[in-house]
Amino acid sequence: MTTNTAETKQEHGMSNAGYIRIAIILAAITGLEVSTYYVDFGVLFLPALLIMMVIKFVMVVSYFMHLKFDNKIFSFLFYAGLVLAVGVYAAFLATFKFFIQ
Amino acid sequence: MTDTTHGHASSTGISNVKLGMWAFLGSECLLFGGLISTYMLYRGRVSGGPRPSQIFDIPFTSVSSFVLLMSSLTMVLAVSAAHKDDDRKTNLWLTVTALLGATFVGGQVYEFTAFYKEGLGFSTSLFGSSFYTLTGFHGVHVTVGIIMLMSLVGILKRSSVPGKKAEVVEMIGLYWHFVDIVWIIIFTLVYLIPV
Repeated sequence: MTTNTAETKQEHGMSNAGYIRIAIILAAITGLEVSTYYVDFGVLFLPALLIMMVIKFVMVVSYFMHLKFDNKIFSFLFYAGLVLAVGVYAAFLATFKFFIQ
Repeated sequence: MTDTTHGHASSTGISNVKLGMWAFLGSECLLFGGLISTYMLYRGRVSGGPRPSQIFDIPFTSVSSFVLLMSSLTMVLAVSAAHKDDDRKTNLWLTVTALLGATFVGGQVYEFTAFYKEGLGFSTSLFGSSFYTLTGFHGVHVTVGIIMLMSLVGILKRSSVPGKKAEVVEMIGLYWHFVDIVWIIIFTLVYLIPV
């Protein structure tokens, strides 16, 4: 099977400058995360940290791992494992009354 | 978009190697999910040993996290160079990625040593056991990644890559990014959220 250069570029859709922009955004979010350790965010502390964690996770998976540009079957395989893990272990933690401590 | 440009494609046009790697990463979510859940359950069980807030060095771990995050950038640049058949840049970025990974693992070894000196052994408390198991498993994954990266650099230099070169680099890249996203979760849930 031959490699089509134009197709390859399209599939791996981002330029190096694009990857660097993503890395800068990730670094900035990490800085914000660390700032929550020093600055009192009040009731927003936990939701803000969790939201930033999810944003970083999705950005790495979508852009650096190319899931955004790749076949949807790969997304299904990965997110199916992830959703299964979150579901199973949320139920596991719930049985130990983790969420009502 | 159907992936038809890589070798070993199935009748669906999707690369079997890539399909297998994504299935593997999906299963790894279950492994780390179990380790993270166990840590979350036991992080308050200190049994007279040091508490997380007493031993965690957030500035140090933040720098380690930043180093690992940047290694994801260098890895994706290696994949990009491999797709352009630029062997010199591919080798360069793979080596930089391995060095950043080694820096992270070195930081983890330093951190473990410091924690041990402060009284947190593996069997000191449930917190200690679950913490060392979780972060240790992650550290082993990073170390395996470094070995794969350096092996790939050696193989690329001998131009003896089995199958399509860019796909091999991409598969190791997927594994590397996975250890990065696991750390993104560990850094927030273990280090930044207080007990």
